[in-house]
Amino acid sequence: MKLTVWTYEGPPHVGAMRVATAMKDLHYVLHAPQGDTYADLLFTMIERRNHRPPVTYTTFQARDLGADTANLFKTAARDAYERFTPQAIIVGASCTAELIQDDPGGMAETMGLPVPVIPLELPSYQRKENFGADETFYQIVKSLATPLQKTAHVTANLIGPTALGFRHRDDITELTSLLADMGIGVNVVAPYGATPADIARMGAAHFNVLMYPETAETAARWMERELDLPYTKTVPIGVGAIRDFVAEVAAFTGRSATLDDSRLRLPWYSASVDSTYLTGKRVFLFGDGTHVAAAARLARDEMGFEVVGMGCYNREQARNIRKLAKDYGVEALITDDYLEVEQAIEALAPEMILGTQMERHIGKRLGIPCAVISAPVHVQDFPARYSPQMGIEGANVIFDTWVHPLVMGLEEHLLHMFRDDFEFHDDAGASHHGHKAKLREMNATPTPEPEAADQPRMETGVAVVWLPTAEKELKKIPFFVRGKARRNTENFAAERGVSEISVETLYEAKAHYAR
Amino acid sequence: MKDVTETGRGCRNAPILKERGQREVFCGLTSIIWLHRKMQDAFFLVVGSRTCAHLLQSAAGVMIFAEPRFGTAILEETDLAGMADAQDELAREVGRLLERRPDIRQLFLVGSCPSEVIKLDLEKAAEKLSARHGPHVRVINFSGSGIETTFTEGEDACLAAMVPTLPETEERQLMLVGALPDVVQDQALDLLGRMGIGPITVLPSARADDPVDVGPNTVFALTQPFLGETHAALTRRGANHIPAPFPFGEQGTTAWLRAVADEFGISDETFAQVTDAPRARARRAVAQAAEVLEDKSVFFFPDSQLEIPLARFLTRECGMQAVEVGAPFIHKDLVGPDMDLMAEGPVFAEGQDVDLQLDRARAARPDLTVCGLGLANPLEAEGLTTKWAIELVFTPVHFYEQAGDLAGLFSRPLRRRALLRTEAAE
Ligand code: SF4
Ligand code: SF4
Repeated sequence: MKLTVWTYEGPPHVGAMRVATAMKDLHYVLHAPQGDTYADLLFTMIERRNHRPPVTYTTFQARDLGADTANLFKTAARDAYERFTPQAIIVGASCTAELIQDDPGGMAETMGLPVPVIPLELPSYQRKENFGADETFYQIVKSLATPLQKTAHVTANLIGPTALGFRHRDDITELTSLLADMGIGVNVVAPYGATPADIARMGAAHFNVLMYPETAETAARWMERELDLPYTKTVPIGVGAIRDFVAEVAAFTGRSATLDDSRLRLPWYSASVDSTYLTGKRVFLFGDGTHVAAAARLARDEMGFEVVGMGCYNREQARNIRKLAKDYGVEALITDDYLEVEQAIEALAPEMILGTQMERHIGKRLGIPCAVISAPVHVQDFPARYSPQMGIEGANVIFDTWVHPLVMGLEEHLLHMFRDDFEFHDDAGASHHGHKAKLREMNATPTPEPEAADQPRMETGVAVVWLPTAEKELKKIPFFVRGKARRNTENFAAERGVSEISVETLYEAKAHYAR
Repeated sequence: MKDVTETGRGCRNAPILKERGQREVFCGLTSIIWLHRKMQDAFFLVVGSRTCAHLLQSAAGVMIFAEPRFGTAILEETDLAGMADAQDELAREVGRLLERRPDIRQLFLVGSCPSEVIKLDLEKAAEKLSARHGPHVRVINFSGSGIETTFTEGEDACLAAMVPTLPETEERQLMLVGALPDVVQDQALDLLGRMGIGPITVLPSARADDPVDVGPNTVFALTQPFLGETHAALTRRGANHIPAPFPFGEQGTTAWLRAVADEFGISDETFAQVTDAPRARARRAVAQAAEVLEDKSVFFFPDSQLEIPLARFLTRECGMQAVEVGAPFIHKDLVGPDMDLMAEGPVFAEGQDVDLQLDRARAARPDLTVCGLGLANPLEAEGLTTKWAIELVFTPVHFYEQAGDLAGLFSRPLRRRALLRTEAAE
C-alpha cells in the first residue's frame, strides 16, 4: 500500500483508451464500474475531442457482483458491436473487474462476433498508463498486421502517437513533411487516426518511425522481427537529433540525407547575442524518458544550459535515463512520487525546470520558472496553433517555449539597475508572466514561504548562519539569481569551514564563482 | 411568473422510466473534492487503486496541486495476494500521514470498488485507528465506491457515517444538512437568524470541534436533494425532517424558508420582513438571466440528483420546457415537494442507459442539454448546446442571492452560441 496524492500516469486501461480513442472503427469493451467512466472527460475536456471515446463500460454494481457480471459483459459487448459496428474490438478489465476474474477476453472470444476480438491483459496493480498503451498497440498490431509486399515507392509508418499525447497531433504533420522532403511517403500513421484495416496494411511500409518509445516500442520490435520493418532509434526533437534521424532514415532507404533547414531558426536565435544570458542556466529535467533524453541534449548542446539533474517517472525508461545521467555527470531520479521530485528540485535549486505540468506547479511553489516538455497533459498542452516538438518547426517552438519563462536578457539588466524602483522592483517578476503564482489555491493550510525552504542545507554538516548585514545584501540581488547566489555562498562557506556569512563572504563567493 | 401556490396536478405521480444499462456518471469518491474543502481539519483517505487516485486527480483538475487534504492508499499486488496484511499496511500509512499532518482532526477512510471487492473491513480499521489516534483524531469510514455510490451519494454516505457519532441532545434546535459553500451557508443562517430561529447547527461543520449534536427535539432541513441515507440516519436518531422544495431560485428558497419558518411558528409578518427585499432582488436577477431561457427546452442527463429541483426552477421560474429529467436516483421523500410544483409533461428517467438516452436527446434536439463532462463536447459538436452538470455542485447556487447566478449558468451557453460568428461578413 502506498499513499499517493498526484500521479504522473493513470492505470493501464487508460493507456488502452488512449490507443482506442486515437483510432477509428475500433471499439473497446471495458469491464468496469460506473465511476471509471470519468476517463472519458480526459479526452473530451483536456484534449477537446469532439466525439466520445469508443468505449463501452459494463458499469456493474454491487448488486450484480453475486449475480451475473459475466452476462452483463456479454450483453454490453453484443450491444456495442451492433450499435457501433467496429472493424475490430478490444476487450479488457479495469482494476476492479480484474479482481472479480470474469475473463472478458475469454468470454468475448466465445461469443462469435463477426470481427476480430482482441483480448488485453493489463495488470492494473503492477503497471501503469504507458504500459497499457504500449501493450494495447502491440496486441492490435500483432493480431491484425501480416507480412505484405512492400510499396513500390519508399514509405514509412509513423508509430506511437495516441490520444492525450504531448503534441502528437502536430508531430505527425511535421514528420510527414520532413519525410516528404526526402522523397519518402507515409504508409500508415498508427494508432493516431488508423483503422484496424490500416493496421493490417502496416507491413507494406519499408520501415517504421518510432516516434514515442513509451507507446509503441514493443510493437516496433515485433514488426522488426515479423514484418521485416526496421525502426528508427532517434527521436527527432532538437537540431542534432533531427540530423541524426535524417541520417538514420537515409541509411535504411538509400536516399540522400536531405534536410530542408531554410525555416530552422533555433541555431541562429541561440547564437545571437541576445541569448548570451542563457549561458550556463542551471536546468532540471523531468518527464517521460523519451522527452527528457531529447531535452537534455537540446538543453546542453543547443541552448548552452547546464543540466544539473534529470529523471523520469516511467520505470520502463529507467535504464536509458540512468545511462544518460551518467554521461551528463548528474544523478538520475527515477520516481513517480512528485514529492521526491519536489525535494530534488528544492535541493538543486535550478534556475529553470523543464518538466511536466506537475513540475510546473512545483516551480510555481518554489518560484522557479518552468517550461513543459512532456506528458501528463493539461488542457494548455493542446494549443490551437501548430506547435510540434519534433522536426524543424519543433525546434523553433522549443526555443520560444523554453526562453519564455526566463527573464529576458535586457530586462534582466533593467531589473538590476532599477531594483529599488517602486514598481520595477525585485518581487515584481518578469512583466509578461502576469501575477506570481498564488500558493495553495484551494487549501487553507499555510505554505512555508520558498525563502524559508532556502535555509542552509549543508552536506558537510556545518550549520551556516547568515549575518543580518549579509542577508540584507543578499536581498539586493535580483530575485531570479538570488537562489543561486545563496546556494553558492553557502557552499563556498561550508567548503572553507566558515560558519558565519558576512557581506565579505558573499562577495568572496561571488568572485569565486564568476564566469 | 407563476406563483408557488398555483400548482396544477404536479408530477409526483408521473410514471418513471427506469433504466439499467451503461451509466456515464462519477462514483461517490468525487464528493471528496468539495467535502475536503468544507471540512477544514479532515483528511479523506481513499483505500483503492490507481484508477481511484486518477479519478480524484482528473475531477479535481491539477489546479489544486499543493498538498490537498485527500489522498489514495493504492493497493498493490502484495496487498491483494494476502502477502501483506492490509490492515497493518493501512495502519502504517495512516500513522505516517497523521505524523506529518498534526492539523488533521478527522480522518475518513473511504472505501472503493477494489477495497470492497476484496472485502477489506474499513469499519474495523476505523475502530482500531480511532482507539490508537483518538481522542485527537476521530476516524470514520464510509463508501465512495462506484459499485455502491453515484457521485453526490459520496457526500451522503460521508454525512450518514457521521450521524451516529454525534452527541445526543434534548434541545429544540434546527439542523441544516448538506455541505454548502461558506458564503451560501452564511446567507441561510442570517435569514433564519433574523426570523428568530435558533439555535441552528450545520452538518458537516467546518471543524471537528464545532458542536453538532442531535436528538428527538432536533428538526432538520436538507439543503441538498441527494442526502437520502443521511435523512434516514438522522431519523433513526429521533430527529424530524422538514420536507420542502430545495432552495434553488426565488421560489424554491421562499418555499424552503417558509417550511422551516412554519415549523418554528414564525409569523407571516416577520417572514415578509426578512425575505421581501432579497426575494425581490432574486426575482429581478432571475428575470434578467432568464430572458434567453424563456420557452427554450431542456434535457437533463443523470448526474448529481440536483436534476429535479433544478428542472423545477428552470420550468417555473425561467419559463423553460423540460423534455426529459434524468436522475441517477429519485427519492420521492426528498424531491417530492419539487415534483409537486412541476407541470406535467417531462419524462422522468431514473438510472441510465447512456446510448439510448443519447438517442432520445438527439431526437428531441433540446435547446439546452445538461450533462456530464464526458458528453458535453461530443454533443456540442453535434450542434446541441450544453451545460456541464458538475459546475452546479461546485458553484454557489443556493438561496436568494445566488438565484440570478444559477439562471446565468444555464443562459450563458445559449447566449454564447448566439454570439459566436466566424463566417464572412458578406
Ligand atoms: S468506480 Fe470504483 S474503481 Fe473506479 S474510481 Fe470509483 S471507486 Fe475507484
Ligand atoms: S514583457 Fe518584458 S520580459 Fe516579456 S518579452 Fe517584453 S521585455 Fe521581455
